[in-house]
This record gives sequence, structure tokens and C-alpha cells, in this order.
Amino acid sequence: MSVFINKDTKVLVQGITGGTAKFHTKQMLEYGTNIVAGVTPKKGGTEVEGVPVYNTVQDAVDKTGANASVIYVPAPFAADAIMEAVDAEMDLVICITEHIPVIDMVKVKRYMEGKKTRLVGPNCPGVITPDECKIGIMPGYIHKKGHIGVVSRSGTLTYEAVHQLSEEGYGQSTAVGIGGDPVNGTDFIDVLKAFNEDPDTHAVMMIGEIGGTAEEEAAEWVKANMTKPVVGFIGGATAPPGKRMGHAGAIISGGKGTAEEKQRIMRECGIKVAETPAVMGETMIEVLKENDLLEKTKTH
Amino acid sequence: MNIHEYQAKEIFRKYNVAVPNSKVAFSVNEAVQAAEELGSNVSVVKAQIHAGGRGKAGGVKIAKNLDEVREYADEILGKTLVTHQTGPEGKEVKRLLIEEGCDIKKEYYLGVVLDRATSRVVMMGSEEGGTEIEEVAEETPEKIFKEVIDPVTGLTPFQARRLAFNINIPDELLGKAVKFMMSLYQVFVEKDCSIAEINPLVTTGDGEVMALDAKLNFDDNALFRQKDILEFRDLDEEDEKEIEASKYDLSYIALDGNIGCMVNGAGLAMATMDIIKHHGGEPANFLDVGGGATAEKVTEAFKIILSDDSVKGILVNIFGGIMKCDVIAEGVVEATKQIGLEIPLVVRLEGTNVELGKKILDESGLNITSAESMADAAEKIVSLVK
Repeated sequence: MSVFINKDTKVLVQGITGGTAKFHTKQMLEYGTNIVAGVTPKKGGTEVEGVPVYNTVQDAVDKTGANASVIYVPAPFAADAIMEAVDAEMDLVICITEHIPVIDMVKVKRYMEGKKTRLVGPNCPGVITPDECKIGIMPGYIHKKGHIGVVSRSGTLTYEAVHQLSEEGYGQSTAVGIGGDPVNGTDFIDVLKAFNEDPDTHAVMMIGEIGGTAEEEAAEWVKANMTKPVVGFIGGATAPPGKRMGHAGAIISGGKGTAEEKQRIMRECGIKVAETPAVMGETMIEVLKENDLLEKTKTH
Repeated sequence: MNIHEYQAKEIFRKYNVAVPNSKVAFSVNEAVQAAEELGSNVSVVKAQIHAGGRGKAGGVKIAKNLDEVREYADEILGKTLVTHQTGPEGKEVKRLLIEEGCDIKKEYYLGVVLDRATSRVVMMGSEEGGTEIEEVAEETPEKIFKEVIDPVTGLTPFQARRLAFNINIPDELLGKAVKFMMSLYQVFVEKDCSIAEINPLVTTGDGEVMALDAKLNFDDNALFRQKDILEFRDLDEEDEKEIEASKYDLSYIALDGNIGCMVNGAGLAMATMDIIKHHGGEPANFLDVGGGATAEKVTEAFKIILSDDSVKGILVNIFGGIMKCDVIAEGVVEATKQIGLEIPLVVRLEGTNVELGKKILDESGLNITSAESMADAAEKIVSLVK
């Protein structure tokens, strides 16, 4: 079991003819992802890595039955690409694109109200269910199939956490990058809910960063609802206030959104917070031990 | 991106957001000439820097005649203002805004921001104008009123009316207040603002509703479609290294420490700063080379780090995903070839094309300390700079 994606997921790549998309289409195919179609306007009828390209998402869905889309379209056109996938009633849209204007995302979120599609991202590394399906840009080889659910606002910090877990022998059920933008689709709580309901996920690693209050809200949700142990980490303890730390959403403004405050509330809600990014894996092992889950969770 | 108050007011005039008459001045003579042309009995001389708290720091003066305009302009121009937003080093004043004085009846607060919790734009108002809104939120949160705006309709007149009534704008000025709010929302969405803050918004003796101060910040991601806003950029207000970094689409923020950092991904870059600190070191910068970096970009990033004299060692921490380790390695080698390297360099590579990257570094003959993990990398660089 897993969340959001598995071996049956049929993937469509939006913007497939771009350089980055081509590279990652190849990587995803090599990983074993079932990519059935690509979309680039005016490139319909061509092929990329043996994948047929269509002019519109609707056309690609009609011809191939794709149910999940991954977006590599440049920022000025990415919001429109998300809406095109939502309009075609895809189950899942994963937007990798970074630097989408926030007003565009406000409109996208409004457009998605009442529609069936789940959006992950934008500005995210994607979603991976190890050994089944990789959608995004993460390096596949660091992942192992297993029972730890991973959810994170950061791409590379997710790789770091996954790498530590795999090295220690703890594979992942699914790793979800929700992205570093202030307005995004799937949030921490959506993913935590899914992991809570997934019988194959035994514990969750949640990686946040400064800015906003998503981690605080998620911590309160964990306290009230979560039946599985959660380990946390917050990046940006040394970040100065008022500066945007790379991610559009990573900014301490008006004294709000500090790492200290997030860590405090997470601890109050029963989440064990890793002291440094180097001990995310170790902290998970401690927590598994405390919950008598160590043997059950270890990936052999 | 930030702009000056006088630039924000120029934008407001185009959108019919009411502001007092004013002119910008770059010298004392220009200031006097501006006051003369405005022809009002009282002029306000306002320092233009990208920071709040100018009044308390002595950057805003009321002049009753042209001699006083000359005196205050002379006093403020070239002065270094230290406010709660400038940091202890302060900011030098190079531009002034000369504005006609107005007969203030009452001060209010009006702000437009993105509300992350609802993914909507929100307009906030309060009758506690003139003070920091954070203070009002802390002490009397019941005095802040919010309207959450649907992007399909934009701010509706009933919402603007409700906000105006809530903050006790007098009935006879309701129409003007509503028009002000509607126009301000228009500026926010059409110019891709991230913050539009009017503090204070004032009602005047002659029955006007206008912006006495104006703060506009813009969404950097949208600047590609806001060419006119880009022209307002004032490089004097930015860190030199940050300007250089922005030319190459690098996300760089200068800090006070001595360990230069080059990392891919914002989250990992922050975490790298954190772990340096945890091991007793101080990061000199935040630097995210991003996903699509080329060897050339990495070279420039390396040069920017090395241009900071306080840097005594460099930590490169890369977990390749979209970014390939061999590209980073090539960039590091190229940069050190071009400018030399006399300080310790610790490199930790993991992820896409890691073996290729390590091979490039090994074969370069450079004096590079390699690290196996984040903790290992942080410990090594901290001990090397000590």
C-alpha cells in the first residue's frame, strides 16, 4: 500500500518537450513509472523517449487513460497548465515548476474548488512510492520500499531525510513533497490524513521550514487525530527575519513563522523534533523503539 | 522587491488612489524647488529609504516655510538613519519626498496581504492608524477587521463598505473610502504586490481620504510581467553580493558569519546553516543555486561567496535531484581555476550523478576535503576555520 500513487498510476507529462522534462521523463521511465503520454501545444504527433505527445491534456487523457499529471511547464504558463489538467478531471496533478506568481496560484486554488483533482505543489520535488512509481525530480536510487511516510515542504531536505532512513534500513511507503510556496495544493494535514489511513505506513517523518503556520496547524491535527508516531524537523532556525529564504513561502514576517515557535508547538502536540538535519533518521529510530515498532518497520 | 514611498505614490496616482501632492528630490536645491512648486503653506520633508520607522529616527520633518525646507533637506540628505528595520548599520538617505502638508482629522490603517491560511488576498483595516499593525494585533486584536477577497469578483463594494463602517470612517466620507479601497485592491492584483500597506490612511479637514504613507512590496516571481516596476529598483538599497547573485538567478542572502555556503534547494540551504551553527560555526550566507544551475552559474555563485572578505572557509552541500552533481563539480573546479582558492573547502555530494561529480573533483587536483554526510561536512568545515 501507499498514498496517492502506485504501480497502476498512468502518468502524463505536461511540457514534455522541454529540456528538464525530457531528462526526468527518461529518469522516471528507467525507474519503472508508467508514463503513457506527454503534452506540448503544437508538438502533438511527435514522441519523447517513446512516449506519444498530444496537443492538449484532454486529448491525451481521452487517448491514453492517464490519471495523474506532472507539470514541468515554465512559470508564466504553469498556472494555466494546472487548470488544464484539472479541467480534464485528472485524479492527481503534481506541479514541479518553481516561481509561479502567487496571484496566479490564488486563482488556481479558486478554480479547483469543487473539482475532484488533488494538486501537489507547485515548487515541489514530486511524489514517490518506492519500487512502484516515481513522479517528479527526486533521485530514485536513495529510496527503499518500506513503511515510513515522508512529507516535506523542501525538495533536497526530503532527499536528505529519505537517504538517512534508507541507510538505516527503514524504507518509505510514500514520500510527498508539498512544495515551498505560500499558496499550494495538498498541505501537511492532507498527507498526514492519508498516511494515517494507509495500513502500510507505520510512522511519519514531517519536514517543515520557517514561514506561515502550516506546521502548527498540522501539529494540532496530529494531536487530535493521528494514531501513528510522527517525527518532525524544521529548517531555518538561523534564518534572519524579513528575508525570503529561497522558497517564496520561507519568510519570517511580523515575528511570525519562526522555527522556534513551530518546534515548540510540534513538541507540545507529541511530535518528536530532530535537533539537527543530520539526525532525522536517528530520531525516527528512537521513536520507533519507543513505540515498539522497530522490528515491524525495518525493511529487510 | 521593495520600492520607495514616492514610487508607490506615483503608482497610486495612476490608479486613482488618493495621495497628497508631492515631488521627489535628490538634492537640497531640488527639495526647495519642489516645495516652491507645490506652493503649500506647510511642507513635509520625508527621507526615502526602504525601511519603516523613519519618523522616530528623525527622517520626517514638517517645514513651515522654504527656509525650513532647505534646513531639513540639508539635515536629512546624506544622514544615516537607524530604525528598527534597517539593522544597526542604518541606511543612508539619498532621496527625499517633499509633500504638501495636510490637515489630518484622524489616522487609520489599511493593508492588503496574501493570507496563506485561506489562499486568498485579504484587506485589513483598523482605526488604530499610525502605529505598527503588529502592535495593534498584539494589544487590541479586536480592532483589526478583515475582508477575505474572492479572486473571481475581486473586492466587492459591500465588503469595502463593511470594512469602512467597521473602522468608523465617518458616513460623509464613505464613498471616498470605498473608492480608495477598491482602487488599492486593483493596484495589488494588477501590479502583483505581495504587500500594500497604508499607514496611516487619513481623513482630512477638507473632506479627503488619502494615503499619507505608502508601502508596496512586489512578488519577485511576477516581475517578468511587471517591467515598469523593475525600473523602480534602487540598487543602493540592496546588498552588492545579493545584486550580483540576482543577475544569475541565484538566491543569495548575506549573513554575519565566516563560513560560506553553497547548497542546492532552499530547505537544505537553511538546514545547512542550522547545522553549521549547531556545530559552533557561523554561516556567512544563504545560497541556493537552484535546480537548473549550469556550470557557469555555479562558478558565479562561488565567486560571490569568495568576494566576501569575512569568508574563511566554504561548505558545498549538494543533494542532486534536478541538479546534477557533475554540474556542481565542474562549476567548483572552473571557479577555483579562475580565481584561485586559498581557504578550506569542504564538499559533500549526494544524489543524481554523484559518482561522476566525485570523479571530477578527485581528478581536479584541487585541495578539497570531501565529506560523507551533512554532520561530517559541518564538523569538518567548522574545525578547519577555527
